[in-house]
Amino acid sequence: MAAPTETWLVLGGGSTIGRAFAQRAAAAGAAVLVAGRDVAELERSAADLRLRHGVPASAMLFDALDLASHRGFARACAALAQGQLNLLLAFGSMPSQAECDAEPGVARRMVETNVTGAASVLTALAPVLRVQGGGVVVALGSVAGERGRPRNHLYGATKAALAVFLQGYAARHARHGVRVLNILAGPVDTALTWPLPKLPFMASPDDFAAGAWRLARQRSGQAHLPGIWAPVMAAIRAVPDRVFNRLDL
Amino acid sequence: MNLVLPTHAVRVASNVAWRSVALRGWGRLGSAPCQAARPERLREVADALLAEGGRNLIAHGGGRSYGDAGLNGGGAAVLTARLNRMLAFDAETGVLVAEPGVTFADIIAAFLPRGWLPPTPPGTAFATLGGAVANDVHGKNQHAAGCLGHHLEWLDLTLADGTTRRLSPTGDAEAFQATIGGIGLTGIITAVALRLLRVPSNAMVVRRRRIAGLEEYLEAFRTARDASWSVGWIDALAGGATLGRGVLETAEHATESVAIPAAGTRRMPFDAPGFLLNPLSIRAFNAAYWRRVPAGGDEQVMHANRFLFPLDGIGAWNRLYGWRGFHQFQCVLPEAEAPRGLRLLLEAVGQAGAASFLAVLKWMGRPGVGMLSFAQPGFTLALDIPARPASRALLLRLERITRDHGGRIYLAKDSALSPQGMAEMYPRLADFQRVRARLDPQGRLSSDMSRRLGLG
Repeated sequence: MAAPTETWLVLGGGSTIGRAFAQRAAAAGAAVLVAGRDVAELERSAADLRLRHGVPASAMLFDALDLASHRGFARACAALAQGQLNLLLAFGSMPSQAECDAEPGVARRMVETNVTGAASVLTALAPVLRVQGGGVVVALGSVAGERGRPRNHLYGATKAALAVFLQGYAARHARHGVRVLNILAGPVDTALTWPLPKLPFMASPDDFAAGAWRLARQRSGQAHLPGIWAPVMAAIRAVPDRVFNRLDL
Repeated sequence: MNLVLPTHAVRVASNVAWRSVALRGWGRLGSAPCQAARPERLREVADALLAEGGRNLIAHGGGRSYGDAGLNGGGAAVLTARLNRMLAFDAETGVLVAEPGVTFADIIAAFLPRGWLPPTPPGTAFATLGGAVANDVHGKNQHAAGCLGHHLEWLDLTLADGTTRRLSPTGDAEAFQATIGGIGLTGIITAVALRLLRVPSNAMVVRRRRIAGLEEYLEAFRTARDASWSVGWIDALAGGATLGRGVLETAEHATESVAIPAAGTRRMPFDAPGFLLNPLSIRAFNAAYWRRVPAGGDEQVMHANRFLFPLDGIGAWNRLYGWRGFHQFQCVLPEAEAPRGLRLLLEAVGQAGAASFLAVLKWMGRPGVGMLSFAQPGFTLALDIPARPASRALLLRLERITRDHGGRIYLAKDSALSPQGMAEMYPRLADFQRVRARLDPQGRLSSDMSRRLGLG
């Protein structure tokens, strides 16, 4: 098999979407680094990628909350990458609003994971991307970040913060060939959403990963996935506050 | 690039999430509401078994058991489909180690291009390995290759107390034999080590010939005993002189590969309306199927998937029988009893006017290694029975005929067997229950099927 021309680093490689995206990338012949906290599990996923697709795949320890480790982690990724290193940021924490209200520690942990941790690891990886002359950064944002709803507005706030961070990150590194895509994801049938009541327009992980892979090749900026969320969110954003505040969303 | 970097692991809390679901068997006879966990990490299986509440529990894989083997109404289910990673492969021995949610389709997609096939592919590629072990499935090569259990090196079983044991013919052989074909009642299978079959290509040379009646059929199977693969399709609505009429397919591996058929299958988009399912229309379909084969027979080279999994080409084909669903009946009769027993079974179906699309006839060789394995030497007949008020009575009659002829009913398909029939057909049932009591003393593992059959 020919040496891969690109390596996808999947941050949050143990997540449902991270796993599905890694399958897509490997099926296309890319090498994969699956990064996360549960290394024993990630080793199993990496073995699967190697066996099914015959591509190089490794597990890496990565903890979004361990900010001090991020630079060393970025260097290790650079050393392991074959061809161009690209990133999928697929980790995140999504406790319910009720849990956030009841336990300030839970709320803080979410903000630190989804915002501080994400910003920190992307910042640590930026020099790697610049040195190699570019790269693709795909992040999992959320439609929850487009308008705050009673049910998950703190979670939405972390994704809105991530969106603004990514805008500036893209502008800052664009001239070095770095392309950034923030996927505004609708609900996906993952381990996170499993215990929740049925959500509208739920996407399967495989379909979502296929869509994300396609968007990653074509698009920069922001894109809704599944695409139906573009018109739906346009409508929801247009609802006046006095009406919106009476809806139970 | 296979290095291990981490110097320490971060402790990750594992809390199993449950949600209410309504599970159905492939026959869609009804739905069983239960609490379900869907682990994506190995450790969550033990966590689910240890979960508070002590609900009784069954593993549920691809949902391809026709009846209630994978259902647990009012209890809990552990959905294993997302534990679907391949963990290791030894190209010398052909042994693949994989998680229970890996399907035959997954194995074929990854390994057939490299010259390996699952050793005993069942009639659908969407069955999972865990379910395949728990039902000790067989394929169109049963007469030569036996059942899945014959090709297992070992398996990992997580018990009701959350501990995991590696079972093999030499490591707790008794528990190994209880788990193979044990319809999930000994624990949850978390890894399977399976010897794949070396094949020269991805293609098969398939020979088809028309068979005029039952006697000719049984003789034709005996004549074809050296064929690597063989299966017979029977027009279950043909009666009188044409009773047992059908098409016999035998196959050998081709030496050259063929192009992989285009992905994307047709799909049954809705439940077929009842009026389509009358004996006339199904009779016409079955007759057309028979006539499609030239009188002198034919020979085709095709991709292995097309021969092995013809129904997988139509997604959700189980909706063909409408919203009421259908029973599937499969039994095996010893060779000496087969001519008379099969005739009685086909006549009973014909008299009941129970419209069935093609039925399947197959010659079996080696008995399975599991205590509750279905396979035994003889002939096996499988047919669909659309659910109607009268179908229970028909199934009872088919069970009676099967018992009278020393036969056995296949639990993977079953939705109607009686506890007395179970005890009579499965002579090692007492052994099975003894091992089960040792592995699961509190009886946590239980299903709609186990309760129906009086197994607890």
